[in-house]
Amino acid sequence: MEYTILILLLPAIMFIFLGLAGHKLKPKIAGIFGTISLGIVTLLSLITAWEYFTSPRVNGVFEKIIPFNIEWLRLGEFLHIDIGILLDPISVMMLVVISLVSFMVHLYSMGYMHGEKGFQRYYAFLSLFTFSMLGLVVATNIFQTYIFWELVGVSSYLLIGFYYTKPSAIAASKKAFIVTRFADLGFLIGILVLSFYGQTFGFIDLMGGNSDLALQGAAQKSFLGIGVLSWALGLMFIGAAGKSAMFPLHIWLPDAMEGPTPVSALIHAATMVVAGVYLVARMFPLYIVYAPGVLEIIACVGAFTALFAAIIACVQTDIKRVLAFSTISQIGFMMVALGVSTSMDAHGGLGYMASMFHLFTHAMFKALLFLGAGSIIHAVHSNEMKDMGGLRKHMPITHITFLIACLAIAGIPPFSGFFSKDEILAAAFKFSPMMGWVMTVIAGITAFYMFRLYYNIFWAKEAKHEHKPHESGFSMTIPLMVLALITCVAGFIPFGHFITANGLVYDIHLETSVALLSVGVAIISILIATIFYRKETQPIPEMLASKFRFIHKSAYKRFYIDEVYQFITHKVIFACISTPIAWFDRHIVDGFMNLMATATQKLSYLIRNFQSGRVQQYAYVFLLGIVVIVGLILLIL
Amino acid sequence: MGVELYLVISTIMLCAGIYGFLIRKNTLAMLISVELILNAADINFAVFNKFLFPNQLEGHFFTLFAIGIVAAETAIAIAIIINIYRNVQSLDVDKIDKMKH
Amino acid sequence: MDITLQNVVFIIVAIFISVFSVLTVTTKKIMRSVTYLLFVLLGTAAIYFLLGYTFLGAVQIMVYAGGVVVLLVFSIFLTKADENLNIGIKIKKVLPILLTVLIGGGLIFFIIFTHNFLPMASTDAIEELNMKTIGFALVGGGKNQYILPFEAIGVLLLACIIGGLLIARKR
Repeated sequence: MEYTILILLLPAIMFIFLGLAGHKLKPKIAGIFGTISLGIVTLLSLITAWEYFTSPRVNGVFEKIIPFNIEWLRLGEFLHIDIGILLDPISVMMLVVISLVSFMVHLYSMGYMHGEKGFQRYYAFLSLFTFSMLGLVVATNIFQTYIFWELVGVSSYLLIGFYYTKPSAIAASKKAFIVTRFADLGFLIGILVLSFYGQTFGFIDLMGGNSDLALQGAAQKSFLGIGVLSWALGLMFIGAAGKSAMFPLHIWLPDAMEGPTPVSALIHAATMVVAGVYLVARMFPLYIVYAPGVLEIIACVGAFTALFAAIIACVQTDIKRVLAFSTISQIGFMMVALGVSTSMDAHGGLGYMASMFHLFTHAMFKALLFLGAGSIIHAVHSNEMKDMGGLRKHMPITHITFLIACLAIAGIPPFSGFFSKDEILAAAFKFSPMMGWVMTVIAGITAFYMFRLYYNIFWAKEAKHEHKPHESGFSMTIPLMVLALITCVAGFIPFGHFITANGLVYDIHLETSVALLSVGVAIISILIATIFYRKETQPIPEMLASKFRFIHKSAYKRFYIDEVYQFITHKVIFACISTPIAWFDRHIVDGFMNLMATATQKLSYLIRNFQSGRVQQYAYVFLLGIVVIVGLILLIL
Repeated sequence: MGVELYLVISTIMLCAGIYGFLIRKNTLAMLISVELILNAADINFAVFNKFLFPNQLEGHFFTLFAIGIVAAETAIAIAIIINIYRNVQSLDVDKIDKMKH
Repeated sequence: MDITLQNVVFIIVAIFISVFSVLTVTTKKIMRSVTYLLFVLLGTAAIYFLLGYTFLGAVQIMVYAGGVVVLLVFSIFLTKADENLNIGIKIKKVLPILLTVLIGGGLIFFIIFTHNFLPMASTDAIEELNMKTIGFALVGGGKNQYILPFEAIGVLLLACIIGGLLIARKR
């Protein structure tokens, strides 16, 4: 399966080609180049997936294959950083997800970004992102993951700041970069600690490989009362939380919506933000064995984030913001699913499978939602709900596909979201009834806010438009239809046959009670949303908003988390730490340097006359010296 | 009449030469002062040879060679001075600073 | 000191040299300066004659008075050197130099008159140095003979001729 290297190389080559020569091409041709190369990559990924999942199992599990590997940097006797490709069930699944969504976004952008300035640059960045994301998921070792992890962050930064003339876009890109970078510090320390004790970076070696003994030895050691491996894995989770926008590092994701909408679909909904989930899933065997406590923390953080984001999503009016908080909430679901796993076997590892399943389905329907939102924004030239309403008559394809996605995320059978969410809820109930109920409630809220969004866009009161909104072109509707189709059928994929915690086949069976419960909750929520928002006038929500003004306002303001950050960074860090440091730097450090410079300068002015270049002066000094020396000699003798 | 009197003459000549070398701005005049200094040294060699080591001729020949070298030195110096004069139209030693910058 | 003819001549020469040395470096006109230099060089030749080094005196007159001074005079003609030499020389600058030179001279005088020279030859009976002796010493290869410096000086002079031509020629 050596051709998998092409999956990585094609986007990289396309990035270099479009980045260097793109401005010489016509925008359309650059776009076609990028799209075709991504099409080939998608095809290769699908072939890879087909070949991988049809290959014979060994002892009931799919073998891990490394078709390509080079040693890139040797750090010592044991440690060496490799660059390679690792194929195992989750990486192959991610390959399919990323290339497919990326391909759809490439295609979609042909229409959406038509006529934008910097069209070629946009495609170059998209290729860069796709390359880095693919590199991230197929990494053979944790350091390669880290390298591509940062590359992904950079391309995300570049794409959020694509409209670099808009101050808000620049601020958002900086925020995203700094917040994730801050979290990545934890990731890096985690890597270093883990590789120090495990004596390897390689995933295969770390998981049940040669470093088992070393890790078991390290499990005895502890730091501040907590095992070193728990520290390492916990720090890694901080990195994952930063990338996956877990509370309290979620603040960058809503702002990241300043980027072009297809970018939001690709990076901030389907692929990059689930990198954190992927990372935890990648290190899952280690979490299970060495840091079950960290897994519990992950579950709690995930659940809290899911609830928190879901509540905020209920009151936002910018449709992309609603989707952004919905993404945060759904990633919270995935984190919870990973966190509630208790063992590697089929029973305890249900959450792992559910998480990956949800990652897959969520990528599809959330990309669909974002692309649909993009189509709407394209039509009405606004992000605000109040500028929409009644669009179902004008945009039938967008309407239908959006509805499918809403039903999927709400968890209505037979759409894909139902199956994956059901597994998560089942896993949560197995973990503890409390967790299960919480997640069920969040699922209900999810259904509510999604249908609030849906009704506000497509029903409700029609806003006045300068020119009549119309359906988008084929390059935009085709991706919508493809993704809608996948959303409809993805739930019937026997996911347990491909990806489980221990690799053995697991037949997904719906637990009737959980399924009934979740569907019931979803339907009730949808009904409430229908009553609230379908009509042209919306008296009940307005009444509730005025009655619970405080809660409404604080939720609208995202519970003032950004303000808290603002306060901490500006008032605490800047004022109390940075300013004195800056003062110290400016006056003491610089002052010392300036003093030295001034002294040198003064001294130079003083002694520059020694080197005047005037012969007679030299001769005079020479004579003076002789006279003095002779005089001294005479005095002494 | 001892050796001291001869040395007094050469000392006066030397001091005059040094003074002139330091005080003159004209390069040719400085060269003249250098001649004085060298001449004073030559006298000393001859005098020391005559009065202190009469059986040898080192001082004598040293003076002889020094005169030859002085002639050569003067020729080269004057060539340089004239060349400089052609380039900067001046003999002032303080104005010959083109190579400095 | 007896008043012998030799001593009288010496004193005259000494005064002559001293006066013209000082005049050389104080006069305003460069032409005069060269002329005074010529007198000093001739006086030096007279000293050599007094010491009995007649050959040296002859060389001094030929090379210095005949060669160097003529060179200097020609170079003065070639350059615009008829300005007042003392222009731009300020008393403030002269004083420290003069003082240093005088102190230096004083030190030398002090050394001369306190050092106890041991004259090995009588200063009264000055015999002339034989020309033949000089010739043998100059081109002989033995001890206290100077063929090597002689040759070296020859090569040096050749180099000087070439160098002088190269530097002074017009491009």
